[in-house]
Amino acid sequence: MKKVYLDYGATTPVDKDVLNEILPFFHERFGNASSIHSYGKEAFDAVENAREKVSDIINCKANEIVFTSGGTESDNLAIKGVAYINKDKRKTKGNHIITSAIEHPAVLETCRHLEKQGFNVKYLPVDKYGIVNTKDLEDAISANTFLVTIMYANNEIGTVEPIEELGKITKEHNVLFHTDAVQAITKISIDVIKLNIDLLSVSAHKIYGPKGTGALYVKNGIKLEPTAHGGGHEKGLRSSTLNTPGIVGIGKACEIGKKRMKKDTFYMKILRDKLIKNVLEIEESYLNGHPEKRLANNAHFRFTAVEGESLNLMLDDKGIAAATGSACSSKKLQTSHVLLAIGVNPKEAHGSIRFTLGKYTSKEEIEYVSDALPEIVKRLRKMSPLWNR
Amino acid sequence: MVEIDYNEKVKDHFFNPRNVGEIKDADGVGTVGNPVCGDVMTIYIKVKNNIIIDIKFKTYGCAAAIASSSIATEMVKGKTLEEAEKLTRDDVAKELGGLPAVKMHCSNLASDALREAIKEYRKKQGK
Repeated sequence: MKKVYLDYGATTPVDKDVLNEILPFFHERFGNASSIHSYGKEAFDAVENAREKVSDIINCKANEIVFTSGGTESDNLAIKGVAYINKDKRKTKGNHIITSAIEHPAVLETCRHLEKQGFNVKYLPVDKYGIVNTKDLEDAISANTFLVTIMYANNEIGTVEPIEELGKITKEHNVLFHTDAVQAITKISIDVIKLNIDLLSVSAHKIYGPKGTGALYVKNGIKLEPTAHGGGHEKGLRSSTLNTPGIVGIGKACEIGKKRMKKDTFYMKILRDKLIKNVLEIEESYLNGHPEKRLANNAHFRFTAVEGESLNLMLDDKGIAAATGSACSSKKLQTSHVLLAIGVNPKEAHGSIRFTLGKYTSKEEIEYVSDALPEIVKRLRKMSPLWNR
Repeated sequence: MVEIDYNEKVKDHFFNPRNVGEIKDADGVGTVGNPVCGDVMTIYIKVKNNIIIDIKFKTYGCAAAIASSSIATEMVKGKTLEEAEKLTRDDVAKELGGLPAVKMHCSNLASDALREAIKEYRKKQGK
């Protein structure tokens, strides 16, 4: 059976060049980067080389990169790290965090956790495309606000936020600005200096690197309370023996990602637009998110009277891997908070599906999906009591 | 996250559902569920001499909901109304060889829709 992977937003295969770079660090060059002998030095050099490469893709200094276990840990470290430092320093003053309603659970749940600890969190609404209104941010900032955390691009619907404008506002008000760039990195050119970003989270496995490795950019001068205490690795911010293979992997993935960014995004955008055009020919189908301000690889749809999990399974039966926003397939059986925030009727939100393309996606694969999807939607609608056309 | 792993029987009833459709001159029709929750089921029955001689369904919902509808219609076709009424969610889930824990509620719909259809049939008869 033909297999088509269109869930690159969930994870990506490790690039073979990345894999080749990583492999020696499991057996031959296995040293602990903290050891002073030659084995340790070898690992240390590899880690520092990777740090250079990660810093290079977002235009920061190498010493501003902290390696973590992934995007979730980076978000946790950034938000809790800043929050806990503030709690100690300012007691009652400075207990206000601003985020958006459509953040990844790694940010949302961290904020909710902090609310239980006495912090106040404002969840900014978004428009029907998922875009945060800069005026809303301006209005929400008070003397108590110490952190704004708003994602670079949304993981579900692919909407890209006005990061430059948001960064200007946070700078003006002297408030720290964190952004979860897990989906954006390698798809959008990011310059943390130009954009006034203070903290930025990335993950390796979304960019053809290995799972279990991430990084957090922490602008020099910003103090964080560590979330993991121990041997004092990563300037004391993240204790734990460095995961050399993973770190080498994220370094190489960033290097390749930067080099190929223009070419890959150009090519993915063409295929994505082709997919969008084909799918929207299906009766009562809709694109979720913004038509232009979206990630080059994201196409997110909903279909009237069709349930997402069923749709996803039928696609899988044809060898097509996609993701659904259907409540029925989520752990908590809850409708996607992103779709609800952009004002999609809960009834309609169940019929959503996300296709995320990657650098290995071909024209033939897009054609295969474009051919299979209308048939599946038709089949499910024929079964659906909500479809009377 | 993959807690939803359907067995082969559920998959079979999902990919090849039995008795899908409508009965234009149905003797009883029952609809349950809510599109906001993500599942709606309608069951149509044709009754002769107190026996369900034909049954069809239409379901909007996840694979568990569709498979439950499909197998439930098979289970009660040819049965008396009294027998059909006794069908429970557990019977449906058991016949399917089990459902993932988070999906157990889906089997409710099938038995509920069936009871609604029988109720409607009886109401009509009472007239």
